[in-house]
Amino acid sequence: MDARIRNDFPILDRTVHGKPLVYLDSAATSMKPRAVIEAEADFYRESYANVRRGVYALAAEANERYEEARAKVASFIGAQPGEVVFTRGTTEALNLAAWGLGETVVEPGDEILVTEMEHHANLLPWQETARRRGARLAAAVVTPSGELDLDDLRAKLSRRTKVVALVHVSNVLGTVNPVAEIAAEAHRVGAIVVLDAAQSVPHMPVDVRELGADLVAFSGHKMLGPTGIGALWGRADLLAELPPLLTGGEMVREVWLNWATWDEPPARFEGGTPPIAQAIGLGAAVDYLTRIGMEAVRRHGEELTALALGELLARPHVTVYGPHDPGVRGALVAFSLAGIHPHDVATLLDQEGIAIRGGHHCAQPLHRRFGIPATCRASFYVYNTPEEVKRFLSALDRVWEALR
Amino acid sequence: MTGYEEIILDHWRHPRNKGRLPDATGSAVEANPLCGDIVRMEVKVADGVVAAARFTGEGCAISLASASLLTELITGKPVAEVEKLTDEDLLSALGGVVKTRLSCALLPLGALRRALAAEDSSRRTLPPSEV
Ligand SMILES: Cc1ncc(COP(=O)(O)O)c(C=O)c1O
Repeated sequence: MDARIRNDFPILDRTVHGKPLVYLDSAATSMKPRAVIEAEADFYRESYANVRRGVYALAAEANERYEEARAKVASFIGAQPGEVVFTRGTTEALNLAAWGLGETVVEPGDEILVTEMEHHANLLPWQETARRRGARLAAAVVTPSGELDLDDLRAKLSRRTKVVALVHVSNVLGTVNPVAEIAAEAHRVGAIVVLDAAQSVPHMPVDVRELGADLVAFSGHKMLGPTGIGALWGRADLLAELPPLLTGGEMVREVWLNWATWDEPPARFEGGTPPIAQAIGLGAAVDYLTRIGMEAVRRHGEELTALALGELLARPHVTVYGPHDPGVRGALVAFSLAGIHPHDVATLLDQEGIAIRGGHHCAQPLHRRFGIPATCRASFYVYNTPEEVKRFLSALDRVWEALR
Repeated sequence: MTGYEEIILDHWRHPRNKGRLPDATGSAVEANPLCGDIVRMEVKVADGVVAAARFTGEGCAISLASASLLTELITGKPVAEVEKLTDEDLLSALGGVVKTRLSCALLPLGALRRALAAEDSSRRTLPPSEV
């Protein structure tokens, strides 16, 4: 990766507690390049108006920019623009999926299958759907090495299974799940496959057709884009069957006092004024990532992960969670230091300007599975360098010396 | 490494009054939404004075040190005085705490206030048994 990439990210010049910022929390949210910040600002400066309803030139221009952004996001994941619904992020996308499938395919007595490694965003919407519909929620277990137990998943699949909802890349274990294989098995019993791609779309080439899932959710802010924007990709024929989560303006055809007809997807799922500037910012982020090339993004993430993983595994007082092979991992490592709480590690590293995360990373059932309340997590992206990973590792050694 | 204040490290490494208080008159559990850490504070009040205080819990150095120090601060003090203990009093007794971790430092004080309230109304709160 070209080290000059760092110059595109203004925030990386700042210091924290008098030390240069080493930002290792991109799995939570990524920093923004100037191209994204400016795309959003330019839209406000030059082409701003509401989308979809104006007949004046400026509104038409705004609408064009918004739809261009949709087309960029679609081509980024190998999809058609009409299959990409803009949402506030992964959480809203998964709620939309869970609500829609609850209304259409999940019947009392049916089953929804999730996994033990889900982020709360891909667990709670299914808990709610199961409760609302009188369905059962089952979860495929995770092996001690942090992989999905595929035998258990297969055993839990049945004709009653209407939905299989799983994460592509775990935000804690880093595990890359074999989605195509699981999707094929799920489809064999007639289940719909919903994928949480929050940690994969930003970090590796993703082609939704190759994945074989039916609905795929991700967030813009984790892929260099603005907050408040994300997407749900869906197979066109499936989207056409789903009801909206939000009803109101801009998602309807005809409205009478006591009934209304929904617009076609994707407009049907974008009730209200959407985050227009944010969508345009996401379009710019996709352009930026495409210029680097997602293969190169993936390689860089793998390199930094391999460095961190190798060094952490060599320290006897460090426990690493998830697979040990960086080739089958996302660009993140969750770990703990023996007898030291992750928040203490994070606070002491912060004093050296190093930002890592300590906590349950919105995956409490997974942490419970490993018998721990929390972990530390370092995560990497295009702007991180091997030198930063080394700084993190030597600071971690000083934390260990101070607190052991 | 610019780490924690010595008093925090000391109380973390050598916790005072750790364990259950079988004849507690007030007991309460407080959980930190930031990390799920849990601390239980137990007090035994006799004649309006905190005769004994103990804590249990799993958590970070700051919350455990704070709980430990808090038991020392209140033991032997009149309840009326303990009730006046402010957040700032505890934070300065700890030698200052970084602002990102105030919720950890104040967790035991929240539990203590509820334990004393439970004592007042002679209605003990029932903490989950795993703590
Ligand atoms: C795997 C995973 N799923 C879902 C989410 C939720 O994303 P958002 O908060 O952008 O909706 C996250 C991010 O925190 C995540 O890592």
